[in-house]
Amino acid sequence: MILTSEQKALLDGEKGETMAKVMETLVRCGEIFGAEKMVPVTGEYGHLVLSFGLTFLGPVFDLYQKLIDEGCLSGQKFTCDPRPYDKNVPQSPVQKTAAKFIFGKQSRYEKQLEKLGLLNEDSYTCTCYLDQTGNVPKEGDVLSWAESSAVVYANSVLGARCNRNSGIIELFGSVAGYVPYFGLLTDEGRKADWIVELKTTKLPDAQILGSAIGMKVMEDVPFIKGLDAFLGTELTDGVKTYLKDFGAATASNGAVGLYHIENLTPEAKRQGEKLIRENAKRYVVDDAELERVKNGYPCVWKDPDAKPKLCFLGCPHMTLEQMIDWTVKIEKALKEAGNEKVRIPTVFTASQGVIKEFARTQFAARLKKTGVVVSYICPLMFMDNPLWQNQPVITSSNKLRTYTTARFYSNDEILHFITKEGK
Amino acid sequence: MTKEFKGRPVAPGSVTAEAVVTKQGFNTLASMQMMFIQSKTKCVDQSNPDIYKKVLQDKALCLPQTIGSTTGGMFLYSAVMSAKAPACLLFSKQIDSLAAAGAVLADVWSEHAKMPTVDRLGDEFLEYVRDGDRITVKPDGTVIVER
Repeated sequence: MILTSEQKALLDGEKGETMAKVMETLVRCGEIFGAEKMVPVTGEYGHLVLSFGLTFLGPVFDLYQKLIDEGCLSGQKFTCDPRPYDKNVPQSPVQKTAAKFIFGKQSRYEKQLEKLGLLNEDSYTCTCYLDQTGNVPKEGDVLSWAESSAVVYANSVLGARCNRNSGIIELFGSVAGYVPYFGLLTDEGRKADWIVELKTTKLPDAQILGSAIGMKVMEDVPFIKGLDAFLGTELTDGVKTYLKDFGAATASNGAVGLYHIENLTPEAKRQGEKLIRENAKRYVVDDAELERVKNGYPCVWKDPDAKPKLCFLGCPHMTLEQMIDWTVKIEKALKEAGNEKVRIPTVFTASQGVIKEFARTQFAARLKKTGVVVSYICPLMFMDNPLWQNQPVITSSNKLRTYTTARFYSNDEILHFITKEGK
Repeated sequence: MTKEFKGRPVAPGSVTAEAVVTKQGFNTLASMQMMFIQSKTKCVDQSNPDIYKKVLQDKALCLPQTIGSTTGGMFLYSAVMSAKAPACLLFSKQIDSLAAAGAVLADVWSEHAKMPTVDRLGDEFLEYVRDGDRITVKPDGTVIVER
């Protein structure tokens, strides 16, 4: 790799041994992928994936302490994934006690984050790119982010440029101020390896479509045709919400870091089919294919017929529009069923910014009446606790399904369960 | 019977271990998130029937690539530093950015703990290797499979 004199000085230890190791790590990671240079991080803010003080991640916290002690702090402020725990989320006393042990390093880690460069107290969310949190990169910005759902959104919907960086590496990029130039940072790396032809009779569930495409293309870039017939050609708030959930499913069920949607996402709108590589593979998605994918999800509950004990909605975190929409739907369904409160303990998760804005609307009191709890947590990390394994939790998040024992249902099915049957 | 494959050493090193094989993408977080409460790291990824509930720790993990959460490299790094990791990672395809991060982090920041990592071993490697095969990895990226 050819380095500038400034980059070479960092690597040679001009700013200390720890900074030299930070650079060495970035350079070696880049060289694996054929990067020939390092480029400056141009986005205003970073975003970190590690937000949880898991007792067992001690080696990572020790490494971060080394950075702090040596003055290797982030050159830019950053947002961070959601906190893992909230005592207000329904749970047993034993689960509460276990959480104190499992997330025993939370307080220490949050102090480290403040020293390293956390933007502010409301910065804990996976949807940092929503206006309420304000980490919204511009098209063409080079980012040093992790969090698969945020990276795929920034690349695809906002047109920023970011590789699927691992936790730790994204912080190193913000500390050094440079990232290796390869993959999704390059024009060539942003070309599509797959053409996905959508032939469904209606707008697919974003979570299932994303899952199907993720599992098929894995880490490749798909160019999706036919979705604009349902979503239109403008990135409205509703469309962006759909793409948030769609992208998270592509990234967690596969390893997608960028997708293009014909006539809709910025690069596809501007470049069209020029974005597609020669000999790109094809994948046709119709109603039957989506049904096949959904029916293929395993259920690992001990008792597959168990009554659900908890329902999580909001992985990735919900938008304001989703919270309002779900409030109205739940009210209506409860009324139809002659019920006053949800039949399964239900938690909406969203960023602090969205929760604050929601609290200022009439819908907050209405949602509270239904018994739904609103929280700022990461449901995935909340369930990263052996006492939650095999518990019958349901969700409409394909990401949460992938990483936990939560069982996936469509939004319509979830609405039915939580308002009517309780099963 | 012995068969030899040649790949690219991403984190060079020598090790001998028993193979555990996944033919689908290895979801690091989904697979290893319970490692620290298990006496030996076992795969807990319900979506991967190839290795679900199988021991990963101190094994030669043979895989096409890793997928899923960008916590992947961080989890691998912590696993190596805590002696909970596979003995080595052997990729049939080009390594992905998350696994590469885990391998390089361990190589650069650890004095002692290592996780030799080789990629680009080819599709034939993953078609050939089976659970229980004895694997020897050499620093130049040579992988010997004994059955």
